[in-house]
Amino acid sequence: MNTLRKVSRRRFLQLTGFTAGGLVLGARVPGPGALAGVLDEATGSALNIFVSVRADGIVEIVAHRSEMGTGIRTGLPQIVADEMEADWQRVKVIQAQANPAYGSQNTDGSRSVRDFYLVMRQMGAAARTLLETAAADTWGVPAAQCRAREHVVHGPGGQTLGFGELAARAAKLPMPDTATLRMKAEADFRYVGQSLPIVDLDAMLAGEAVYGIDVQLPDMLYASIERSPWLQGKIESLESDAALAMAGVVDVVTLEAADGAPGFNPIEGVAVLAENNWSALRGRDALKLRWSASAHSEHSATQYLDGLAALVESGPGEVRRERGDVSAALERAEQMVRATYRTPYLAHASMEPPVATARVAAGSCEIWACTQTPQATRKAVAEALGLDVDAVVVHVTLLGGGFGRKSKPDFAVEAARLSSRAGRPVQVVWSREDDIRHDYFHACSAQHFQGALDAQGQVTAWLAREAAPPIGATFDPSVQMNSEGGLSQTFASVPFAVPNLRIESHPAPAHVRIGWLRSVYNIPYAFGVGSFVDELAHAAGRDPIAFWLDLLGEDRRLDFAGEGFNYSNYGRSLEDFPYDTARLAGVIRTLAERVPWKQSLPAGQGWGFSAANSFLSNMAVASKVEVRDGQLRVLEMHGVLDAGRVINPDRVHAQMEGGMIFGLSLALNGEITFERGEAQQSNFHDYPIARMQQVPPVIKTHIMPSAAPPSGVGEPPTPPVAPSVANAVFAASGQRIRELPLGKHLDV
Amino acid sequence: MKLTVNGTQREVDCEPDMPLLWALRDLLQLRGTKYGCGKGLCGACTVHLDGQARRSCQVTVADASGGAITTIEGLSADGQHPLQQAWREHNVPQCGYCQPGQIMAASALLAANPGASDDEIRSTMSGNLCRCGTYPRIHAAIKSAQYTNAAVEKAEDEA
Ligand code: FES
Ligand code: FES
Repeated sequence: MNTLRKVSRRRFLQLTGFTAGGLVLGARVPGPGALAGVLDEATGSALNIFVSVRADGIVEIVAHRSEMGTGIRTGLPQIVADEMEADWQRVKVIQAQANPAYGSQNTDGSRSVRDFYLVMRQMGAAARTLLETAAADTWGVPAAQCRAREHVVHGPGGQTLGFGELAARAAKLPMPDTATLRMKAEADFRYVGQSLPIVDLDAMLAGEAVYGIDVQLPDMLYASIERSPWLQGKIESLESDAALAMAGVVDVVTLEAADGAPGFNPIEGVAVLAENNWSALRGRDALKLRWSASAHSEHSATQYLDGLAALVESGPGEVRRERGDVSAALERAEQMVRATYRTPYLAHASMEPPVATARVAAGSCEIWACTQTPQATRKAVAEALGLDVDAVVVHVTLLGGGFGRKSKPDFAVEAARLSSRAGRPVQVVWSREDDIRHDYFHACSAQHFQGALDAQGQVTAWLAREAAPPIGATFDPSVQMNSEGGLSQTFASVPFAVPNLRIESHPAPAHVRIGWLRSVYNIPYAFGVGSFVDELAHAAGRDPIAFWLDLLGEDRRLDFAGEGFNYSNYGRSLEDFPYDTARLAGVIRTLAERVPWKQSLPAGQGWGFSAANSFLSNMAVASKVEVRDGQLRVLEMHGVLDAGRVINPDRVHAQMEGGMIFGLSLALNGEITFERGEAQQSNFHDYPIARMQQVPPVIKTHIMPSAAPPSGVGEPPTPPVAPSVANAVFAASGQRIRELPLGKHLDV
Repeated sequence: MKLTVNGTQREVDCEPDMPLLWALRDLLQLRGTKYGCGKGLCGACTVHLDGQARRSCQVTVADASGGAITTIEGLSADGQHPLQQAWREHNVPQCGYCQPGQIMAASALLAANPGASDDEIRSTMSGNLCRCGTYPRIHAAIKSAQYTNAAVEKAEDEA
């Protein structure tokens, strides 16, 4: 059972519906009571919690993770279908409700495939085994002589029975033991490794796909909520008569927030409930509201970031990782390089804002939501309503983007509380302004680096100090120092073979809700690290790519032992997923072969490079830019990714394109600022995201062929982009920009 | 008030200044047209009004009444508009949320300017945001549809 390294065997069997004795647990998830036509549910004979087969032969495969654009609703069922020998044309994907029986449904951390590849194969193999056994029983032959192939089981005498004909009988058989399952040889894969189109493609193109915002229930009210402009403000006064008098407005309801950690709790606010969105929005405009000051209502992002920058420059912080003697090596340096970098707060701005619909009845609640975390949503709603978790059903719609924002179920809790008060179904629709002003913001950061070069241009010391508000503060406001998990995202996990290295942190108290955004702390830290390596390379008079490879040193597996740092490795053991510098060097070398990195360019143009290991994958990016009269244009971006075995190459290319554009967007434009505690941006005019014109006409992606276990795909393409572009700006113009977004310094 | 949507007369009971977006979505249950910003900044709500691409969040029901409105649901009877086909060929959507607006913007562009240049495509389509970053494929799909169109026209000319 080499598949069960992460979770114990017993736990695994609980998660997947197998028992150690090989008997199936309650095979079907609880009946949903879903609104017909809004979301599907399985109707066939259940072979395990992921697979049902209908009498007409349709194989229903459950997707338990959320579809937010990665293609996971296709990729995971694709693995199951392959392993069970189902014909993809006769597969129907069913979206799971929240249910711990599936294991984790938290669709974040780029881990759906890496954590479930083998589980999906086992689900498929178990279903196939049952179908083969059912056929063997029907024919009275040994099961070992029956083989499923393309939706049909073939017997030793040439007999055949279709999956649909076998379904009812197969569902009555005892479950096979996972330990004895026969798995397909990888050489026989039919779908794994194939670019199958996503299952939602036609619905998306016809405007029929159902997102959170598209759910409509009979008698449903729409809610628009005015929330405290700063963290932990309270309603001081409210006049709602004008709002209540408006056509279509049904009620005005206050949503009080308890003191304490923000967590997943709604922000204090006033909701206008109305018969349609327009009435709710207009009613909300007519509210007269005053908010009380809080400990955060004077927060100024500029002052705060100035403070963090002064802190990291001022002197030593808490040591988080150390080897050798950095101070001595810095003193001995032939050349010393130092630099301080700053990165701003960011907002997620998925195209579909957070939207949730709740229907609360006596003692129960149903939620429909574009959520990345169905189980956390269920728990948060149950707690807010004082219900048992079992009394809450969470239906997961498609997500119009998520990027980490929709991991936080505060919006579903709002809908549940409002439906409970209104006695009617309620849909909470966050406006774009709500989304940008009241996000779980991506942390800003200040980072200071010092490097020592010897006479040969070798790096002899690497000192790095950071200060960034930690995500942990959202759940415990006393937390001020970034966690080891946070620092494991590039900053403290730098793979460089330098003899003397020290990583330090300073505290950064949070004044806004801090959350995780696509690739998380790798965004600021890969910018700092990737920029500083480039600065060192130029100081040493070296080619930056050759310099990177030198810094990586000899190929080796990093163990971080004896350096006082407990590397988190994205929650997986280094034994299962080694941090192998050869694979990072591999993407760098491959990229260098694929781009004309050393071509001589017209004045004003330049190439920039960076690379990062994140989410157990390795990614290198080269960008070509032009800087002319203060105007920056990105002309080309090239990326090479090593993510182990790839299930659906086209979707991986799509994630690379999208992840790189996401990185470009934040590099050029992304910045949220606060004054007097209030976010200063509100919509796409002042929080611009990349448009087609900003995106280079040439974006090339390459996937390293690999049979290694699948690792992250959704996030790793993003981190190296910003440093590659900033480094290209330096190559093109001699201007070193140490602050994001670049649009603060150049026209973009 | 009366609206003509996808060739059918529909009656909506609302204030005349309600944006067409909300009338389509909340009152007529046509939910393919998406909300993204409400301010004319993102293009998610793009529909055709008398053949022109319009941001339905910026058009009132009063303004739209009397005109011919086409939404993504009415772009083709069978999902086989040349752009829908091209979108399929290039597997354009990621989350898919912006795509109805993208397709409506692109179809209006090609209807008005079948031979739109790369720059014209980029400049027109820059009104439509995609947070997932599907721009390279949107551009490629529009080019594909242009080639297909041109090939069809050439074949028709020759026939
Ligand atoms: S919703 Fe109309 S342009 Fe954004
Ligand atoms: S496909 Fe997700 S916003 Fe465009």
